[in-house]
Amino acid sequence: MRKIIAIYKREMKYYFQSIAAYVSISVFLAVSGYFFSSIFKYYNFLSLEVRRTASVTPQLNLIDGIMRPLLGNISILILFILPILTMRLFSEEKKQGTFELLMTYPVSESAIIAGKYLSALTIFTIMLAGTLLYPLLLMIYTEPELMPIASGYLGLFLMGSSFIAMGLFFSSLSENQLVAGVLTMGTALLFLLIGWLAPIIDPRLFNFISQFSILFHFESFAKGIIDSKDISYYILLTSFFLFMSKKSLDSTRYKT
Amino acid sequence: MIRVNKLSKLYGYTTAVSDLSFNIEKGEILGFLGPNGAGKTTTMRMLTCYLPPTSGSAEIFGFDILRDSMEVRRLIGYLPEKAPSYHELNVRDYLEFSAAMKGIPKNKIKRAIDYAIEKCGLAKEFKRTIGNLSKGYQQRVGIAQAIINNPEFLILDEPTIGLDPKQVLDIRELIKSIGAERTVLLSSHILPEVSQVCDRIIIINNGKLIAVDSPENLRQKLKKSALIVIKIRKQAGSPDIVNLLSKIEGVSDIRETTSSDSTIKLTVKSKPELDLREKIASKIVGNGFGLLEIYNEELTLEEIFMQLVTMEN
Repeated sequence: MRKIIAIYKREMKYYFQSIAAYVSISVFLAVSGYFFSSIFKYYNFLSLEVRRTASVTPQLNLIDGIMRPLLGNISILILFILPILTMRLFSEEKKQGTFELLMTYPVSESAIIAGKYLSALTIFTIMLAGTLLYPLLLMIYTEPELMPIASGYLGLFLMGSSFIAMGLFFSSLSENQLVAGVLTMGTALLFLLIGWLAPIIDPRLFNFISQFSILFHFESFAKGIIDSKDISYYILLTSFFLFMSKKSLDSTRYKT
Repeated sequence: MIRVNKLSKLYGYTTAVSDLSFNIEKGEILGFLGPNGAGKTTTMRMLTCYLPPTSGSAEIFGFDILRDSMEVRRLIGYLPEKAPSYHELNVRDYLEFSAAMKGIPKNKIKRAIDYAIEKCGLAKEFKRTIGNLSKGYQQRVGIAQAIINNPEFLILDEPTIGLDPKQVLDIRELIKSIGAERTVLLSSHILPEVSQVCDRIIIINNGKLIAVDSPENLRQKLKKSALIVIKIRKQAGSPDIVNLLSKIEGVSDIRETTSSDSTIKLTVKSKPELDLREKIASKIVGNGFGLLEIYNEELTLEEIFMQLVTMEN
């Protein structure tokens, strides 16, 4: 446990003693802030329009009109930011040669993975926490339903957790950060957009494949539904990539 | 005691280390010598449990490198080639990190860090960022993290490579003082370094063991002839110096290497077991020459190496 904390602290020092954490958190918040304000202004415009023409628009509630598109956009944003945040986790150590030293310390592979994973997860949590400002603003001036907001955030958090696990795994494969980052982004994108297969393949097959889709499981969170099926999907995806990372580290010690 | 038994490592079809066997006695400083690509680093990586051997085994104080990897890693201190460290950390944070990784109990961490800092002379650099330190000090930081757990067995891969002469001397002194208390395996391709610091030397080439012995024995064994270099001042009307010296018993060859208007430099060859320095000196002085220099020329690594490698083939 102490060793996990030591690795965690080392990673956090890296993020915060360089400008890495500050830049990625600020960029994330700036872009998500832009999302919020543009979505909010559009919603505003729509509301006035409805009032003027007296037409009935079912989407005109705070959840469907603001929070759902906002969280949807943020999910795309983290798809780009998390691979960049995680690609250095092992690649950099391999390049610098510190990986060799790390592997000769009396520390288990699991502890190394846990420390590194938790550090990236912390940065991601700080990012997400920053965006809580937007629902908070909504709560000051209006009365949005809280449950769908909470479940939406839970969904985002779980999705990010799985991206970080992916990033960690691909980083353990290569000493080239670019390779690790691109592989992570590609894989995450594939998991996200697997739903696009819908019109081309057999519907029964699609039912099966859609179960692998990150977006498919995110949908219900965004609607305010917390289903154990969706939670277990993300936990499984995360555990799978953490397990693969462990195997990837183990494999350096395999007798060949 | 460290026992290495028929250790081999293959990378694909390339053999990096083949059938390497040797022992290291407790408390000994063993030099690991070989040209680049001889398999030194690979062997060290196997002993530190970073790379698994393809075949063979090694035991470090009774612990097998494959079966008891965790115990082995607890016993060792390792400085990899190029002394990698986290450049964004300062020296104290980095040593705290490595102390924690090596499982040093919390209440002993401060003492362990103080010990390493003092041994490696890092007191002034304690709070500086490692990335800003000079190469020599980064090397010291690498050695500090290696000795922080007071390891029984210290493995240093090319600890003086890329340092300036002053730093090389400092690091050598450091290794000597650390090595007084523990078993050390030290790799290098600089012979004088190894012969100054080490009790015994292992020479490998192409992954194979070529020789194991003390530096003096190794030199003696490989010496085919003794070379004495002398430099004298020319005297007007003096007798022929080459002729004079060739009359000394045991001299097999004399060659004039360089000469200027006022000085002559000669190399005198004789049988390896003879030391003719005194006889030569008295002959020179007795005949009225000014003796400027006289010394035994030691075999260089290149020569020992060339001899060993050609003997192999």
